[in-house]
Amino acid sequence: MFTNINNFEAGLFDRFRRLEREMDQVFGQASSARFSTTYPPVNVAVTEGRIDVDMFIPGVDPKRLSITLHKNLLTVKGERDAGMEKGVEYSRKERFGGEFHRAVNLPEDADSEKVDAAYENGVLHITIQRRESAKPRQIEVKSPVGE
Amino acid sequence: MSDKRDMAKEWIRRPAADIFEDKSGITLQADMPGVSRERLDIRVEQDRLSIDGSSVIAEPAEVQTRYSEIELGTIRYQRSFTLNSELDVDKVDASLKDGVLTLRIPKREQYQPRKIEVRMA
Repeated sequence: MFTNINNFEAGLFDRFRRLEREMDQVFGQASSARFSTTYPPVNVAVTEGRIDVDMFIPGVDPKRLSITLHKNLLTVKGERDAGMEKGVEYSRKERFGGEFHRAVNLPEDADSEKVDAAYENGVLHITIQRRESAKPRQIEVKSPVGE
Repeated sequence: MSDKRDMAKEWIRRPAADIFEDKSGITLQADMPGVSRERLDIRVEQDRLSIDGSSVIAEPAEVQTRYSEIELGTIRYQRSFTLNSELDVDKVDASLKDGVLTLRIPKREQYQPRKIEVRMA
């Protein structure tokens, strides 16, 4: 039942990863702009009781991040000021700057009432509890009445 | 099973960097998410400046489903730069905030802009 979390994308992603690993071996080092089309990069880990989401968004003001969970769609919006210094001459400009908007589909039992977010060393960590009903339950077999 | 192996893994990554120059020196900024001050090392050897920081992405035990774009385990951000002789490597100033490393390297005294006083005749 939790397998609906971007099953197809995850499979596709694995293929990219494999390809990338092979390229790493050929070229020695991977470029840093690997996921620039989907900034910021995200990790989602689903355990029995909760969902942990990590995003790499260094150098943002956490007050200016907008985090919403509507049904099971988690959305993080924000803006990075990187690479916008005035009156200077850039010789290298690789860091992402500007607005970003990332939406992640979570398992359907994500509880939008129980969400916590923390920002530390440029990593945004969001914890979402899963609704009780989703946890596996032990079902006792009752003896027939009257025996 | 394979997860444990992945968690122990170390990945070397080249951090994205911006470098800009003004009249008195250069500023270098590098994205190193997850790196704390204790896990950051900056070295200058002759004209070579190297940065090396590591970040550990911990994950809860017994993960049922995972979607992952970030490497699990230790990510080491390593990169080195060759410094122009105009720059004063003895006066490098470093700060780390919210996963962004900022290095300020001033130009040597003789390359700093100077204001020439005009003496009254």
